[in-house]
This record gives sequence, structure tokens and C-alpha cells, in this order.
Amino acid sequence: MSDRTVAALSRSLALGKVSSVELTRDYLDRIARHNSVYNAYITVTEELALAQAAEADARRARGEHGPLTGVPIAHKDIFCTRDVLTTCASKMLGNFVSPYDATVVERLNAAGTVTLGKTNMDEFAMGSSNETSFFGAVRNPWDTERVPGGSSGGSAAAVAADLCAIATGTDTGGSIRQPAAFCGVTGFKPSYGRISRWGMIAFASSLDQAGPICKSAEDAALMMNVIAGPDPKDSTSVDAPVPDYTATLNDSLKGLRIGVPRQHLAEGLGKEVEQALQDALKVFESLGATVKEIDLPNNHLSVSAYYVVAPAEASANLSRFDGVRYGYRCENPVNLEDMYMRSRGEGFGAEVKRRILVGTYALSAGYYDAYYLKAQRIRRLIKQDFDKAFAEVDVILGPTTPHTAFKIGEKNDDPVTMYLEDIYTIGVNLAGLPGISIPAGLSSTSGKPLPIGIQLVGSDFGEARLLNVAHQFQQHTDWHLQRPEV
Amino acid sequence: MVWETVIGLEVHVQLATKSKLFSGSSTTFGAAPNTQANIFDLAMPGTLPVLNAEALRMAVKFGLAIDAEIGRRSVFDRKNYFYPDLPKGYQVSQLEFPTVGKSQLEITLEDGSTRTIGITRAHMEEDAGKSLHEDFQGQSGIDLNRAGTPLLEIVSEPELRNAKEAVAYLKKLHSIIRYLGISDGNMAQGSMRCDANVSVRKKGATEFGTRTEIKNINSFRFVEKAILHEAQRQIDLIEDGGRVVQETRLYDSDRDETRSMRSKEVANDYRYFPEPDLLPVVIDEAFIEAVRQELPELPGAKCARFVAQYALSDYDAGVLSSTRALADYFEQVVAICGDAKLSANWVSVDLQAVLNKQDLEVEESPISAERLGGLIARIKDQTISSKIAKTVFEAMLESDHSADEIIESQGLKQVTDTGAIEKLVDEVIAANPEQVEQYRAGKEKVFAFFIGQAMKVSRGKANPAQLNELLREKLKG
Repeated sequence: MSDRTVAALSRSLALGKVSSVELTRDYLDRIARHNSVYNAYITVTEELALAQAAEADARRARGEHGPLTGVPIAHKDIFCTRDVLTTCASKMLGNFVSPYDATVVERLNAAGTVTLGKTNMDEFAMGSSNETSFFGAVRNPWDTERVPGGSSGGSAAAVAADLCAIATGTDTGGSIRQPAAFCGVTGFKPSYGRISRWGMIAFASSLDQAGPICKSAEDAALMMNVIAGPDPKDSTSVDAPVPDYTATLNDSLKGLRIGVPRQHLAEGLGKEVEQALQDALKVFESLGATVKEIDLPNNHLSVSAYYVVAPAEASANLSRFDGVRYGYRCENPVNLEDMYMRSRGEGFGAEVKRRILVGTYALSAGYYDAYYLKAQRIRRLIKQDFDKAFAEVDVILGPTTPHTAFKIGEKNDDPVTMYLEDIYTIGVNLAGLPGISIPAGLSSTSGKPLPIGIQLVGSDFGEARLLNVAHQFQQHTDWHLQRPEV
Repeated sequence: MVWETVIGLEVHVQLATKSKLFSGSSTTFGAAPNTQANIFDLAMPGTLPVLNAEALRMAVKFGLAIDAEIGRRSVFDRKNYFYPDLPKGYQVSQLEFPTVGKSQLEITLEDGSTRTIGITRAHMEEDAGKSLHEDFQGQSGIDLNRAGTPLLEIVSEPELRNAKEAVAYLKKLHSIIRYLGISDGNMAQGSMRCDANVSVRKKGATEFGTRTEIKNINSFRFVEKAILHEAQRQIDLIEDGGRVVQETRLYDSDRDETRSMRSKEVANDYRYFPEPDLLPVVIDEAFIEAVRQELPELPGAKCARFVAQYALSDYDAGVLSSTRALADYFEQVVAICGDAKLSANWVSVDLQAVLNKQDLEVEESPISAERLGGLIARIKDQTISSKIAKTVFEAMLESDHSADEIIESQGLKQVTDTGAIEKLVDEVIAANPEQVEQYRAGKEKVFAFFIGQAMKVSRGKANPAQLNELLREKLKG
């Protein structure tokens, strides 16, 4: 089988061409052979997968199935999975077995997906390169010298190398879209509130959102149909109607108004990425869309605002990791303070500590107004910019990242340069909007071909339109079908 | 030098919800450690809070009862600090936008005068768990059963001027929350706790002195003693040329003193910020109206009604309306016996004495309102005298029998038959010729002797009025 999209696998399963157990064995075999190279998985749940696959086959035999029944999936190790190690790629949770399932996991389990394992990530989702994982860096399947992006780097690499059919990811400032772009796959971040955060280990609560990392916009729609919708366990999940995301995939793009932010074409954007974007615009125009430049005048403030808000929330969210009830506790603490200091000092990695420090500082007496409140004001300005733009256009198109995947170790000494790689994605989180990264080209300048991603941004809860636009692009291009040699 | 004490109180009231403020765990007191802590209460990674609507309703109810501004948009904040019994590493509270805003409370002092005390705010927050420092061989145990229990923190303006006012204010709050049924107000179990901010200044000064905060005082009596002690400590300190240091102090009821808690070199910075896991709570007019409909009659209104409806004195009405349970008990008694004045006396004097002696709440009274009403009814219809009623009352304490059953079985029914009383009088007169002589010679005092003798013979059952009349008649000769 060359086409291993969920849509294609689902058809094969339905036609009885393959059973879920066979498919699962094949994926487990691929993982066994290749994971040592890419380090995409932290935990492989072979027994669980085979049991779920057998159950999925039984369900199909009984006719009690949906499109995802029997489809092998990987979960980012930020999602709590009952009785399975859930580490968040941190030494702090290196021994943590969750007593419960995240809502996303629960819904996918109920739909009959087969859990292959838990994917590697930046520690507590803090990073853009997957180098901050306690379990080691993930390697990009297109070039193992390069990063897969982050923080959902394991999920993106696993999908790109076909070590799973589809994967879950989370996106706080670009953590689904940026690794999707670097690995040449499709990554979708829904509107804030569209998907329950229950059981998703919090990084920055007001920004975190789960979403699919997959091989096509159609696959994203299939997963969205399962995971989207309100959850009484998450007060910030939104009780908005959930459409069938597959129903509108084939709507015409005739008359679609695409806005391209002037600020995204300015300095800092790599030439090849810009070329891929121009080529994509031609495709859309050929499908009947109109293109105009728009203004996002405050976008340049997004990275600084984000690096106040996200660490501030994280500094409180990570306080529960104190060595008292679960997770890592230092050896032989002499008193309470020693236990706190050494458990956290030894349990957290450098980037996590850096962000806790930044966040604690930003919330401190005397600095709160200057940092946290100001960042919140910028956040409102950024949202207003988007609102204004969406009065004129239906979707916004731009690059996902300024460049293609960088080399492992290349940006480690300079966190600010690393942070700036998220310049196009962060504003979308600050505004709570849906965004999708889709493959739109291959760079050829660095020896091995490297994927280029473009990002479509939609208005509040405009996921269906966004998936429709991305799907139509994929119906008329084949960038999303390109696979690295594994 | 004349000194004035300035006191502000922060009162934590545990709301009587079935489940916790942000989780479905039970709030029942006294369960085995950590049996009432679910994954949220344990702060398991990935868990999220969901606001208990009943707790919100109770907070709003309190706000309406004291006629406060209700926050139409209240916001929860995280208060960050590390402690093992605070599992998330932050407490969810309300800083800038509390559910209940400004108001005031009128308090009545012992001399009958009143004062109006400003209430700054009342905000909702979650309680912490408990650290247990004994029985763990040098380690500490953590019990998270209480973690997440809903609290309403009621903050007063620094407008109380002495310990007695503080106690009156506290008792008024206690009465209101019990009336509303939003808390059992049990101070010993910690469902009502009080922190007192105390400072002193020269009488007539307009600036406040430096204050200290006395934490977690757990009875009305201790509030009074702690404030008295702390104010005197500050006065002594200043008069000796010292300075009061702003600090947190602990009241030790065994030694009747306050002492400094572990002093911190740096003031705590709680780094408050809006809780991103919860949306702002928007309260609309319909919600407020629905809660208003549930408001019971409050102590002040009830007291006024008792005066008007039952012609009670202000004092009796005040005593009987002091708790909702006592007021309900009283009204049940009246409904049965039909005599408010007698009911008021029996409830506030005889019954109250028994309750005080046995340290019981009126809800736990050994004599139900039905039984007491039945007893008073027999006084009212002259089946028994007030004196015999005391005997019946004593007997009721010892059994579950009704007044009628006791009167019947012990033969205590009052003798009202004129013939029987006449016979009795004749007997007494015949047996005491000497005293008859004395009486007839004008020694009026001897009359009481005849009454006593007649009552003795009738074992107290003779109707006193009839006896009186017949005796006078016969003694005339």
C-alpha cells in the first residue's frame, strides 16, 4: 500500500483488504526497525495496540465502526493515557503512569483507533526543535542531521516516516504547524476551545490546543469529527455546533478571498519559502480564488507578548511538579525546602527552568503591569488585527516558518533566534484562531530535499472552511504525498 | 494616654456544598485521610477545574442577604505559593473581581446600642489540605480531603473598635450564614475561621497604627481574648518606647497570648494572575432574581415580626430570632399551644437552660417542639399549674412521653372540682385551729401557711385561684 492516509486505510479496512491486526503488526514492525534512527516514540504500546486492533476488527465484523476504527494512531506524550507511561518528555514525569485518559484519547479510543505508542516531544512542549526532550532529540526523516521541529516533533516525524497512520499533537505557539512544515506533513491547530484540554498536560492554558498531525487535510477532518466538541470537564471548551468536517471538503474555492499579510513577506523570510508561497497562490487563483495583501500591523509584537504570557502561565502550571504526590523526587531530602529545590532542580531541564524563571519574574510584584498586563494588551491588539482582516478576506495565507528544518544543535546557544522561528504561528495562538500547515514545496539547496510548509489561518471556529481550502489545494498538488526515504 | 483599638476581620466561611469548589469530591468532615480527593484534588497533570454552581449560588445568596453589590462578572485568580498541602502550587481565589462587593452590617452591642460596620468584599476561594506532623517518624503526612472545599472569605473594613464589637460582628455573620443555610458555621470544626487585623492608636488620631494579623482563631471567646491580649501587647510595646512590627501572629488559647509566626525576611509575593482554566463568571439578572427568591426571612426581619405578631419584648424577640433553628422551634411551639408569651418564656428560659447545661444545639433538643407545645397547652387550659409543669418538664427530659402521658400516669392533673377543693380546705382548717385563731386575730401572714398546707395535701394539684378564693371565704368563719 503506497497511500497510507487514514482515508485510504479506512477504505481498505472497510473492503476487508487488510485487517486492523495486520495493519497494526505492520506499523509495529516499522517502528521496531526505524524508531531507533528517528527516536520518534518514547513508549511503544505493542500489547495494547494488538488488543485494540483485535477489538477493532471485531467491531468492524459486527458493523459497529466509524472511519477511524482500526486505524493505528500515535499520541503525543503530553496526553494522559490510562495505565500507560505519560512523561511529557521530562525526567520529572519519567515514572508517571496516568490513572486516566485525556478526553482526546478517550474519544479516539471510543472511535476504535489503535494506540501504537506515545511520541517524543520537547520537554513539557517547551521548544521548537524537539531537542529539549529528556529522552533525546528526534531526527527529521528527510535529513537525520536536522530537527523535526517542535514541540510535537515526535508526532510529525512518526507521520512523515509512516511509523503511524495519524498522530495527535498540541499547539501553544506553533507546536503542531511548525513540525508539520519541517516534516512535510499536514498539521492542524483548531480554534481555542474547540477541543477539550482535559488530560492534556498544561503548558500555557490560555493558548494550548490539541489537533491532528496527519498526511492530508481530509485525514485532519476525519480526526476532527471525533475529537471536536465541548467537554463538561473543560470549562474553556466551547459549546459551538460541530459540523461534519468532511462534508464541505469538496466545496468550490470560486470567489474565495485569500489575504496575504504584508508583514509575512518582509525581511527574514527565506527565498525558497517565499517562492513556494507564490506558487501556492497561483494554484489557488487557478481554482477561482482572489488574492489581496492585508495588514497585521502588530504581528511583530507577537513573539515578545507570547514569551511573557506563556511562561507566566507555565510557571504556575508546573508548580504541581513538586515531588510530593507523584513524579520525580530527589534522593534523601533533608527538609521540605531541600526536597522542593532538588526535585525541581534535578527533574526539569534547562529550557523548562528558563521559562519558569521568566514567567515567575513577569508575574512578580512591581513587574506584573509592565509585562503581563502589557502582553495581554498586545494580545487584544493582535486579535483586533485579525478581526479587521477577516472583514475583508475568508482565509489568510502565509508561510508557516521562515526557513526549512535547521540542523540539530544549530540554534541551541541562542534561545531568542529559536523563538523567532515561530514568528508566523504565534499570533494565531494569541488570537485563538484555527491554523493549518500544509506541504507546499521541497527545498533543494541543502543537499537533501527539505519540505516547505505554508499556513492557512481561518476565522473563529472556521475550521470547516479552512479544511476545505487545504483539501482543495491537496487535490490539485501532490506535495503532501511526498515521502522521505525511510 | 487613652488608646483606641482598630480591628478588621477576615472571616472564612466553609460553604455547605455537597461537593468541592472545582471537583466532584465529597466535602463531608472527618473521613479517613485522602479518601475524598480525586485526580483533580491531587493535582494530577492535565486535570482542570469546573466551578460548582451551588457554591456560586450560596455566595450570591450571602451577598443578597447583606444587600451587597453582586459582581456581575467575577474572575478567579491563581495565588501562587508552595506548600505540600496545596497540591497545585497555587490556590484559586478572587482578587480584583470578587463575587460579592461592598456592603455594611449593623451590629447590636450588649448595651442595646448599634453600630454599622463596612464590609469590603466577600470572595470565593478553595481551601487547602492539612499537613499532619505527628505519627510519621519525623516526616509529614498530607491529607487532601479538605483541599478544594469552597470558602467564602468575608472581609470587613477596619471599623471595629474593640473586642466586644468584633465578637458582635462575628456573631451577626454567624447568624446570617446559618439562617441562609450556606454553612454550618461550626468554628470548632473550622467551617468558620477568623483572622483579625489589629492595631492601636491614640484616641482621636486619624492615622492607623501598624497592624498585626492574628491567624485562625477558632471560637468567639478566643476572638475576644486574642484581640484584648494583642491590643494590650501593642499598647505596652509602644508605651515602653517600642514599635509594632507588621507580622502574622498566632493565638495560643492554652497560654492566652499571641506570638509571632515564623517571620519571613521577604514579604510573600503571591504573583496573582487570572486563572486561565476558568472563564470569568458572568451573573445575569435572572440568576440573581432566582437566588433572591430563595432567601429566607433574615434575623432582623424575623425579630421585628416577633415583636409585632407575638407582642414579645425586643429582648425576647432578639433571643428567639438569634438562630433560624431556635426561631423555627419557637414558632412551632406557639402554633401548638397558642400562647406566645408562655412559649417565649419556656423556650428562652427553661429549655435554653437545659441546652446550655448539656451543650446542645436546639436541633438536638431532648424535648421536641411538639412535646413542649403540648406541655404549655396544658398550662394554658389549666390542666396543670405552672409549678406542676416544671415537674412534667423534668419528667419529659427523662423520657419520650408526651406531657399528657406524664400528667396522666403520675396523676398530676390539677384539681378544679370545687367540691373537692372545699373538702380540702375544711380539712386544713380543722387540723390547724391555732393558726385559724391567729388569722382571725388579724395576722394576715398566716394565710400563706394555709395555702402551703392545702397544696401539700393535694400534692400541688389544687387549682391555686380556686383554692385562694375558697380558703379566704372559709377562714372568715
